[in-house]
Amino acid sequence: MVTMVTIVTEHGPQEVQAEADRERDALWMAPSDVERLLGWTLKAEGLCRGPVCVPLASAAARHVRPDALDVAGLWRRMSKPVLRTQDASAWLLGESASERTAALESLEAPDFTLPDLAGKPHSLSDYRGRKVLLATWASW
Amino acid sequence: MWQTLYAALKERNFIVVAVAMDSGADAARPWIEAARPDYPALIDRAHVVAELYNMVNVPSAVWIDESGRIVRPAENAGAFEGFRAMDRTTRKMPDDIAAKVAKAKATYVAAVRDWVEKGSASAYVFDPARARAHVPRMSDAIANAHANFRFGQYLLQSGRAAQAQPFLEEARRLHPDSWNIWRQLGEKNEIGLASSPEFWARVDALGERHYYAPVDMQGMPTEGPPSRR
Repeated sequence: MVTMVTIVTEHGPQEVQAEADRERDALWMAPSDVERLLGWTLKAEGLCRGPVCVPLASAAARHVRPDALDVAGLWRRMSKPVLRTQDASAWLLGESASERTAALESLEAPDFTLPDLAGKPHSLSDYRGRKVLLATWASW
Repeated sequence: MWQTLYAALKERNFIVVAVAMDSGADAARPWIEAARPDYPALIDRAHVVAELYNMVNVPSAVWIDESGRIVRPAENAGAFEGFRAMDRTTRKMPDDIAAKVAKAKATYVAAVRDWVEKGSASAYVFDPARARAHVPRMSDAIANAHANFRFGQYLLQSGRAAQAQPFLEEARRLHPDSWNIWRQLGEKNEIGLASSPEFWARVDALGERHYYAPVDMQGMPTEGPPSRR
Protein backbone atom coordinates (compact mmCIF):
# COMPACT_ATOMS: atom_id res chain seq x y z
CA MET A 1 0.00 0.00 0.00
CA VAL A 2 1.35 3.39 -0.93
CA THR A 3 1.51 5.80 2.02
CA MET A 4 3.32 8.99 2.99
CA VAL A 5 6.76 8.06 4.34
CA THR A 6 9.53 10.25 5.79
CA ILE A 7 12.97 9.77 4.30
CA VAL A 8 15.87 11.12 6.38
CA THR A 9 19.03 12.04 4.49
CA GLU A 10 21.95 14.24 5.52
CA HIS A 11 19.93 17.11 4.04
CA GLY A 12 17.14 16.48 6.55
CA PRO A 13 13.75 14.76 6.54
CA GLN A 14 11.51 14.75 3.47
CA GLU A 15 8.03 13.35 2.85
CA VAL A 16 7.38 11.11 -0.11
CA GLN A 17 4.75 8.66 -1.36
CA ALA A 18 6.17 5.15 -1.05
CA GLU A 19 5.24 1.56 -0.44
CA ALA A 20 6.78 0.23 2.77
CA ASP A 21 6.84 -3.57 3.05
CA ARG A 22 7.65 -4.36 6.67
CA GLU A 23 7.71 -8.11 6.13
CA ARG A 24 10.44 -7.92 3.48
CA ASP A 25 12.00 -4.77 4.93
CA ALA A 26 11.57 -3.12 1.54
CA LEU A 27 10.76 0.45 0.56
CA TRP A 28 9.41 0.94 -2.97
CA MET A 29 9.70 4.44 -4.42
CA ALA A 30 9.05 5.83 -7.89
CA PRO A 31 12.34 6.17 -9.83
CA SER A 32 11.68 9.90 -10.26
CA ASP A 33 11.47 10.32 -6.44
CA VAL A 34 14.65 8.27 -5.97
CA GLU A 35 16.41 10.65 -8.34
CA ARG A 36 14.90 13.80 -6.81
CA LEU A 37 15.40 12.91 -3.12
CA LEU A 38 18.43 10.67 -3.19
CA GLY A 39 20.26 11.67 -6.37
CA TRP A 40 20.45 8.15 -7.87
CA THR A 41 19.15 7.20 -11.33
CA LEU A 42 18.54 3.74 -12.74
CA LYS A 43 20.33 3.37 -16.09
CA ALA A 44 21.42 0.52 -18.33
CA GLU A 45 24.84 0.61 -16.56
CA GLY A 46 23.26 0.25 -13.13
CA LEU A 47 22.41 2.69 -10.39
CA CYS A 48 24.15 6.00 -11.09
CA ARG A 49 24.87 9.22 -9.25
CA GLY A 50 26.88 11.79 -11.19
CA PRO A 51 29.72 9.98 -12.94
CA VAL A 52 29.54 6.97 -10.61
CA CYS A 53 27.53 3.89 -11.62
CA VAL A 54 27.10 0.82 -9.44
CA PRO A 55 26.36 -2.21 -11.65
CA LEU A 56 23.40 -4.23 -10.42
CA ALA A 57 24.02 -7.95 -10.23
CA SER A 58 21.19 -10.26 -11.23
CA ALA A 59 20.43 -10.75 -7.53
CA ALA A 60 19.45 -7.06 -7.40
CA ALA A 61 16.65 -7.64 -9.92
CA ARG A 62 14.21 -8.37 -7.11
CA HIS A 63 14.68 -4.79 -5.91
CA VAL A 64 13.67 -3.35 -9.29
CA ARG A 65 10.18 -3.07 -10.80
CA PRO A 66 9.19 -1.08 -13.87
CA ASP A 67 7.31 1.43 -11.72
CA ALA A 68 9.39 1.44 -8.54
CA LEU A 69 12.73 0.73 -6.87
CA ASP A 70 13.19 -0.93 -3.48
CA VAL A 71 15.65 1.63 -2.18
CA ALA A 72 16.10 -0.21 1.13
CA GLY A 73 17.24 -3.36 -0.65
CA LEU A 74 19.41 -1.48 -3.14
CA TRP A 75 20.98 0.59 -0.36
CA ARG A 76 21.91 -2.52 1.60
CA ARG A 77 23.46 -4.05 -1.52
CA MET A 78 25.66 -0.94 -1.79
CA SER A 79 26.68 -1.30 1.92
CA LYS A 80 24.83 1.91 2.73
CA PRO A 81 23.11 2.21 6.11
CA VAL A 82 19.32 1.67 6.16
CA LEU A 83 17.29 2.31 9.31
CA ARG A 84 13.59 2.54 9.97
CA THR A 85 11.05 2.90 12.72
CA GLN A 86 9.11 -0.23 13.64
CA ASP A 87 5.98 1.07 11.92
CA ALA A 88 8.07 1.83 8.79
CA SER A 89 6.74 5.41 8.65
CA ALA A 90 10.26 6.90 8.78
CA TRP A 91 13.43 5.63 7.10
CA LEU A 92 17.04 6.72 7.03
CA LEU A 93 18.97 6.06 3.83
CA GLY A 94 22.62 6.79 4.56
CA GLU A 95 26.05 6.89 2.96
CA SER A 96 28.62 4.11 3.19
CA ALA A 97 31.99 4.40 4.89
CA SER A 98 33.79 3.99 1.56
CA GLU A 99 31.74 6.79 -0.01
CA ARG A 100 32.59 9.10 2.90
CA THR A 101 36.30 8.27 2.77
CA ALA A 102 36.43 8.62 -1.03
CA ALA A 103 34.71 12.01 -0.80
CA LEU A 104 37.29 13.24 1.72
CA GLU A 105 40.19 11.81 -0.27
CA SER A 106 39.03 13.80 -3.29
CA LEU A 107 39.95 16.78 -1.06
CA GLU A 108 36.85 18.62 -2.22
CA ALA A 109 35.29 19.85 1.04
CA PRO A 110 31.89 18.16 1.52
CA ASP A 111 29.14 20.78 1.51
CA PHE A 112 26.42 21.07 4.16
CA THR A 113 23.69 23.49 5.16
CA LEU A 114 23.01 24.28 8.83
CA PRO A 115 21.04 26.96 10.68
CA ASP A 116 22.46 29.73 12.87
CA LEU A 117 20.83 30.77 16.17
CA ALA A 118 18.18 32.76 14.32
CA GLY A 119 17.36 29.74 12.17
CA LYS A 120 18.91 31.22 9.04
CA PRO A 121 20.51 28.53 6.87
CA HIS A 122 24.17 28.81 5.86
CA SER A 123 25.98 26.54 3.42
CA LEU A 124 29.72 25.96 3.47
CA SER A 125 29.71 26.67 -0.27
CA ASP A 126 28.39 30.22 0.43
CA TYR A 127 31.96 31.02 1.52
CA ARG A 128 33.70 29.72 -1.62
CA GLY A 129 36.35 32.24 -2.67
CA ARG A 130 37.60 32.71 0.88
CA LYS A 131 39.82 30.59 3.08
CA VAL A 132 37.57 28.82 5.58
CA LEU A 133 38.50 27.56 9.02
CA LEU A 134 35.71 25.05 9.66
CA ALA A 135 35.81 24.66 13.44
CA THR A 136 33.62 22.59 15.77
CA TRP A 137 32.83 23.18 19.44
CA ALA A 138 30.13 22.23 21.94
CA SER A 139 28.54 23.53 25.13
CA TRP A 140 29.05 20.19 26.86
CA MET B 1 37.22 30.90 20.79
CA TRP B 2 38.10 32.23 17.33
CA GLN B 3 36.80 35.81 17.51
CA THR B 4 40.20 37.44 18.22
CA LEU B 5 41.85 35.60 15.37
CA TYR B 6 38.96 36.32 13.02
CA ALA B 7 38.86 40.01 13.92
CA ALA B 8 42.56 40.27 13.02
CA LEU B 9 42.23 38.42 9.69
CA LYS B 10 38.77 39.05 8.33
CA GLU B 11 39.98 41.63 5.83
CA ARG B 12 42.23 38.97 4.34
CA ASN B 13 39.68 36.88 2.48
CA PHE B 14 39.27 34.56 5.44
CA ILE B 15 36.29 33.37 7.45
CA VAL B 16 35.63 31.10 10.39
CA VAL B 17 32.60 28.82 10.14
CA ALA B 18 31.91 27.63 13.69
CA VAL B 19 29.70 24.59 14.16
CA ALA B 20 28.24 23.60 17.54
CA MET B 21 27.85 19.83 18.04
CA ASP B 22 24.95 20.57 20.32
CA SER B 23 21.46 19.41 21.14
CA GLY B 24 19.89 22.56 19.78
CA ALA B 25 20.05 26.30 19.66
CA ASP B 26 19.12 26.62 23.36
CA ALA B 27 22.18 24.73 24.58
CA ALA B 28 24.54 26.74 22.41
CA ARG B 29 22.85 30.14 22.68
CA PRO B 30 24.46 31.46 25.92
CA TRP B 31 27.93 30.61 24.62
CA ILE B 32 27.39 32.17 21.22
CA GLU B 33 25.84 35.29 22.72
CA ALA B 34 28.75 35.66 25.14
CA ALA B 35 31.35 35.25 22.38
CA ARG B 36 29.46 37.63 20.05
CA PRO B 37 31.16 36.25 16.96
CA ASP B 38 30.81 38.12 13.69
CA TYR B 39 31.42 34.90 11.75
CA PRO B 40 28.65 32.32 11.20
CA ALA B 41 27.95 30.23 14.31
CA LEU B 42 25.89 27.22 13.22
CA ILE B 43 24.03 24.54 15.17
CA ASP B 44 24.50 20.89 14.18
CA ARG B 45 22.34 18.75 16.45
CA ALA B 46 22.60 15.69 14.19
CA HIS B 47 26.45 16.00 13.93
CA VAL B 48 26.32 16.13 10.13
CA VAL B 49 29.71 17.88 10.01
CA ALA B 50 31.30 15.21 12.24
CA GLU B 51 29.82 12.59 9.90
CA LEU B 52 30.96 14.24 6.66
CA TYR B 53 34.46 15.00 7.93
CA ASN B 54 34.85 12.02 10.32
CA MET B 55 35.46 13.95 13.55
CA VAL B 56 35.35 12.42 17.04
CA ASN B 57 35.79 15.34 19.42
CA VAL B 58 35.71 19.09 19.82
CA PRO B 59 37.50 21.29 19.07
CA SER B 60 38.19 19.90 15.61
CA ALA B 61 38.97 21.94 12.51
CA VAL B 62 39.45 21.64 8.76
CA TRP B 63 41.33 24.11 6.59
CA ILE B 64 39.59 24.77 3.27
CA ASP B 65 41.15 26.97 0.59
CA GLU B 66 39.49 29.53 -1.70
CA SER B 67 38.58 26.87 -4.27
CA GLY B 68 36.90 24.63 -1.70
CA ARG B 69 39.83 22.20 -1.42
CA ILE B 70 40.82 20.67 1.90
CA VAL B 71 44.41 21.60 2.74
CA ARG B 72 44.33 20.18 6.28
CA PRO B 73 41.73 17.44 6.93
CA ALA B 74 39.86 17.16 10.22
CA GLU B 75 42.18 17.33 13.20
CA ASN B 76 42.31 18.46 16.79
CA ALA B 77 42.27 22.27 16.63
CA GLY B 78 45.23 22.78 18.96
CA ALA B 79 43.87 21.35 22.23
CA PHE B 80 46.26 19.62 24.65
CA GLU B 81 44.66 17.33 27.20
CA GLY B 82 46.00 19.13 30.27
CA PHE B 83 42.71 18.64 32.09
CA ARG B 84 43.75 15.03 32.70
CA ALA B 85 46.41 16.29 35.11
CA MET B 86 44.19 18.68 37.01
CA ASP B 87 43.08 18.32 40.61
CA ARG B 88 39.52 17.06 40.30
CA THR B 89 38.32 18.89 43.40
CA THR B 90 39.91 22.31 42.95
CA ARG B 91 39.98 21.94 39.10
CA LYS B 92 43.48 23.45 39.23
CA MET B 93 45.97 22.42 36.58
CA PRO B 94 49.71 22.17 37.44
CA ASP B 95 51.55 25.22 36.06
CA ASP B 96 53.84 23.28 33.73
CA ILE B 97 50.84 21.51 32.20
CA ALA B 98 48.83 24.72 31.91
CA ALA B 99 51.80 26.22 30.04
CA LYS B 100 51.70 23.32 27.56
CA VAL B 101 47.99 23.82 26.99
CA ALA B 102 48.54 27.50 26.28
CA LYS B 103 51.49 26.80 23.99
CA ALA B 104 49.57 24.22 21.95
CA LYS B 105 46.69 26.60 21.42
CA ALA B 106 48.98 29.52 20.53
CA THR B 107 50.91 27.31 18.09
CA TYR B 108 47.71 26.32 16.33
CA VAL B 109 46.38 29.87 16.12
CA ALA B 110 49.74 31.09 14.77
CA ALA B 111 49.61 28.37 12.12
CA VAL B 112 46.15 29.48 10.97
CA ARG B 113 47.44 33.03 10.76
CA ASP B 114 50.46 31.90 8.72
CA TRP B 115 48.13 30.08 6.30
CA VAL B 116 45.86 33.10 5.90
CA GLU B 117 48.87 35.31 5.20
CA LYS B 118 50.89 33.01 2.92
CA GLY B 119 48.26 30.76 1.38
CA SER B 120 49.60 27.60 -0.23
CA ALA B 121 53.16 28.78 0.48
CA SER B 122 52.54 28.31 4.20
CA ALA B 123 54.55 25.43 5.67
CA TYR B 124 51.41 24.37 7.51
CA VAL B 125 49.48 23.63 4.31
CA PHE B 126 49.58 19.96 3.29
CA ASP B 127 50.23 19.08 -0.34
CA PRO B 128 47.48 16.85 -1.83
CA ALA B 129 49.30 13.56 -1.12
CA ARG B 130 49.93 14.50 2.48
CA ALA B 131 46.41 15.85 2.91
CA ARG B 132 45.01 12.56 1.61
CA ALA B 133 47.23 10.62 3.98
CA HIS B 134 45.79 12.62 6.89
CA VAL B 135 42.15 11.91 6.00
CA PRO B 136 40.71 9.94 8.93
CA ARG B 137 39.50 6.62 7.41
CA MET B 138 35.87 5.83 8.13
CA SER B 139 34.92 2.26 9.08
CA ASP B 140 31.51 0.69 8.43
CA ALA B 141 30.86 0.87 12.17
CA ILE B 142 31.50 4.63 12.19
CA ALA B 143 29.27 5.21 9.14
CA ASN B 144 26.51 3.18 10.81
CA ALA B 145 26.99 4.98 14.11
CA HIS B 146 26.46 8.37 12.45
CA ALA B 147 23.40 7.07 10.60
CA ASN B 148 21.92 5.83 13.90
CA PHE B 149 22.76 9.10 15.66
CA ARG B 150 21.23 11.20 12.89
CA PHE B 151 18.08 9.07 12.77
CA GLY B 152 17.79 9.20 16.57
CA GLN B 153 18.13 13.00 16.50
CA TYR B 154 15.44 13.22 13.83
CA LEU B 155 13.08 11.12 15.99
CA LEU B 156 13.88 13.22 19.08
CA GLN B 157 13.19 16.39 17.16
CA SER B 158 9.88 15.06 15.88
CA GLY B 159 8.71 14.24 19.41
CA ARG B 160 9.44 10.50 19.47
CA ALA B 161 11.96 10.29 22.32
CA ALA B 162 11.19 6.68 23.22
CA GLN B 163 11.67 5.56 19.62
CA ALA B 164 14.88 7.60 19.36
CA GLN B 165 16.62 6.00 22.33
CA PRO B 166 17.63 2.63 20.80
CA PHE B 167 19.16 4.38 17.76
CA LEU B 168 21.11 6.81 19.97
CA GLU B 169 22.36 3.97 22.17
CA GLU B 170 23.37 2.01 19.08
CA ALA B 171 25.35 5.02 17.84
CA ARG B 172 27.28 5.11 21.11
CA ARG B 173 27.96 1.39 20.98
CA LEU B 174 29.13 1.41 17.35
CA HIS B 175 31.50 4.38 17.72
CA PRO B 176 33.07 4.26 21.18
CA ASP B 177 35.86 6.64 20.07
CA SER B 178 33.40 9.47 19.46
CA TRP B 179 33.34 11.83 22.42
CA ASN B 180 30.94 13.97 20.39
CA ILE B 181 28.28 11.25 20.45
CA TRP B 182 28.97 10.06 23.99
CA ARG B 183 28.95 13.49 25.55
CA GLN B 184 25.96 14.92 23.73
CA LEU B 185 23.87 11.92 24.78
CA GLY B 186 25.07 12.13 28.37
CA GLU B 187 24.34 15.83 28.51
CA LYS B 188 20.61 15.53 29.01
CA ASN B 189 20.97 13.26 32.03
CA GLU B 190 23.40 15.27 34.07
CA ILE B 191 24.29 18.89 34.37
CA GLY B 192 28.01 19.40 34.00
CA LEU B 193 28.89 16.07 32.51
CA ALA B 194 32.47 17.25 32.13
CA SER B 195 33.06 16.60 35.82
CA SER B 196 30.76 13.64 36.38
CA PRO B 197 32.26 10.41 37.79
CA GLU B 198 31.14 8.67 34.59
CA PHE B 199 33.13 11.10 32.44
CA TRP B 200 36.27 10.76 34.55
CA ALA B 201 35.99 6.95 34.58
CA ARG B 202 35.87 7.04 30.79
CA VAL B 203 38.86 9.40 30.60
CA ASP B 204 40.85 7.23 33.05
CA ALA B 205 40.04 4.16 30.96
CA LEU B 206 41.95 5.78 28.06
CA GLY B 207 45.22 5.07 29.90
CA GLU B 208 48.04 6.02 27.55
CA ARG B 209 45.63 6.75 24.69
CA HIS B 210 44.88 10.36 23.83
CA TYR B 211 41.70 12.29 24.51
CA TYR B 212 42.80 14.85 21.90
CA ALA B 213 44.82 13.24 19.10
CA PRO B 214 48.22 14.95 18.68
CA VAL B 215 48.36 17.49 15.85
CA ASP B 216 50.92 16.87 13.10
CA MET B 217 52.37 20.39 13.34
CA GLN B 218 55.76 21.84 14.22
CA GLY B 219 55.83 23.03 17.83
CA MET B 220 52.94 20.89 19.09
CA PRO B 221 53.38 18.61 22.13
CA THR B 222 54.29 15.11 20.96
CA GLU B 223 54.41 13.31 24.30
CA GLY B 224 51.69 11.04 25.68
CA PRO B 225 48.84 12.27 27.84
CA PRO B 226 49.85 13.92 31.15
CA SER B 227 49.25 11.70 34.15
CA ARG B 228 46.90 12.59 36.98
CA ARG B 229 48.71 14.43 39.78
